[in-house]
Amino acid sequence: MNPGIGTVYRWELAKLRYQKRTYLGLGAAAIVPILFVVAIHFRHHDRHGGDFAFATYLTRSGLAVPLVIMLFGAVWMFPLITALVAGDIFASEDHNGTLKTILTRSLERQQIFAGKALAALSYAIAAILLDITVAVIAGSIQSGFHSLESLSGTIVSAPKALELVYASMAVYLMPIATVAAFGLLLSAITRNSAAAVVGTLMISLLFQLIGILPGLGGLQPYLLSTQFNAWQGFLRTPIDWSPIVRAAWVCAMYGVPALVAAFLVFLRRDVAGG
Amino acid sequence: MSTFPVTEAPPVEVRGLEKLYGELRAVDGVDLTVEHGDVYGYLGPNGAGKTTSLRMMLGLIRPSAGEVRLFGRDPTATVEALEGVAGFVEAPTFYPYLTGRRNLELLAAFDGHGAPGRIDAALDTVELTPRAGDRVGGYSHGMKQRLGIAAALLRDPHLLILDEPATGLDPAGMRDMRELIRRLADQGMTVLLSSHLLAEVEELCNRVAIVRSGRIVYEGEIAQLKRSAGTTYRLRTTDNERALAVCQAQPGLNAVRSDNGHISFAAEERVVAGLSEALVRAGALILALSPETATLEHLFFTLTEDAEPAVQPETVAVPHPVAAPELQA
Repeated sequence: MNPGIGTVYRWELAKLRYQKRTYLGLGAAAIVPILFVVAIHFRHHDRHGGDFAFATYLTRSGLAVPLVIMLFGAVWMFPLITALVAGDIFASEDHNGTLKTILTRSLERQQIFAGKALAALSYAIAAILLDITVAVIAGSIQSGFHSLESLSGTIVSAPKALELVYASMAVYLMPIATVAAFGLLLSAITRNSAAAVVGTLMISLLFQLIGILPGLGGLQPYLLSTQFNAWQGFLRTPIDWSPIVRAAWVCAMYGVPALVAAFLVFLRRDVAGG
Repeated sequence: MSTFPVTEAPPVEVRGLEKLYGELRAVDGVDLTVEHGDVYGYLGPNGAGKTTSLRMMLGLIRPSAGEVRLFGRDPTATVEALEGVAGFVEAPTFYPYLTGRRNLELLAAFDGHGAPGRIDAALDTVELTPRAGDRVGGYSHGMKQRLGIAAALLRDPHLLILDEPATGLDPAGMRDMRELIRRLADQGMTVLLSSHLLAEVEELCNRVAIVRSGRIVYEGEIAQLKRSAGTTYRLRTTDNERALAVCQAQPGLNAVRSDNGHISFAAEERVVAGLSEALVRAGALILALSPETATLEHLFFTLTEDAEPAVQPETVAVPHPVAAPELQA
């Protein structure tokens, strides 16, 4: 069988299974919802726990937990988990000196790039899917699998709410994919895993910082950080598609150039080290 | 490889190859040709541009100028040009968290064309089968070098490019590596070998290119290189002072010098008979007169350390290190 993108993709996933950072990210994705639910549990029984903004909302239905996790996770948790692999996927080849090893086999550079990019994105999707699923299960155990009140004030049945949670997650993946693109770019440019991971996180935080600066409110709809909230369109009745559509093109506006730049850097670079 | 097309084109053909890093000219107009069946030594001091050249040959670095052809194909244009070609530059590198076998499985998957079926044979060839299940992170340098050869063999290559394959190996490892390369060459594989170990190159290679400051200062057969250096003699007499004067006056003798109780000179054999006669006439009786064959090491140092290297492949006149400057081209 001739090797191709699929070959690279499968082996990148296989390599991820042997790396600690993989489990660090997935472990965080799994444990954060559990800790969150534990916190709800104790706050719920604390008479002085009224300062917890989402306490009441979260205790009505476990399906609110994944939504709140998505809300807070956008600040740094999900960008960091995404950057852990995306920022490392090219840089680790430089670190191990293995780029020359794989580039002298029978695969074109573009095939290797595509396989790696897909693997990085798959990891981010897997981590968020794991996080949301754990949040649904843990939240349902804590607060029950009940109907959910939408942002428009209507009541959504539990099965429908579950559907909306995963649909929201799908929308959430758009800015995550953009963060992954930044990670890939920094990984290809810096050739340094730590620099790429931290840099990706810093870019994500920079967008949030711009969003809170006075006088820059006009930029708000076009910031990457804003797109992390686009999923809330699904929680309105009827569904508000405008933030979702805007998220699609705003994320593409940032992500596609970053991905193309990463591709060109990887394609044209001299492999002089290792 | 199994699908490797039969071609008359030389395994390696490099013309006017240059690589610039800003102001630094790392490779400066390299021309060389490796023919089918050659075991070709690529020699030069550190920083001479050998590894950069090899990386360009493997398509890892884009040349600033010039071209490389592997079996007539351009490795900078497509990785298909590497079909039938394998090897490594500098130390072979692997994923330290994977086992040796798992690394080979990955590389075989990246090769396709039946490479996965060659893993066991490759491990056997380099005698790594017993340690194939260990993580590469725990391998010694020598084991990694051998795994590098195994990774190359997965591609069933017709051309093997090896950059310093014996560097860092202990004497036994060097011997094993030398025997392995010889065995592969005997099987008909063309080998392009960069090495600092000149005795090893002299033993293994039939042709060499010597590079200095990014430029080829000699390319051709080792035998030709030695011939072009001429024959050098060492002489000891009962009166070396008088003998030195006789040698300097004798027509046909070059590079005459006195050195640690000996006189050395370069000359053709027919001239030496006349010298013997002249020495006897002068009363400097011969105690010892022996021809010395130039070693590749001596020739290498002469070509790479002299102020102005010769750049005349095939016709270069190479001075023996003990010879005087007039022998230099």
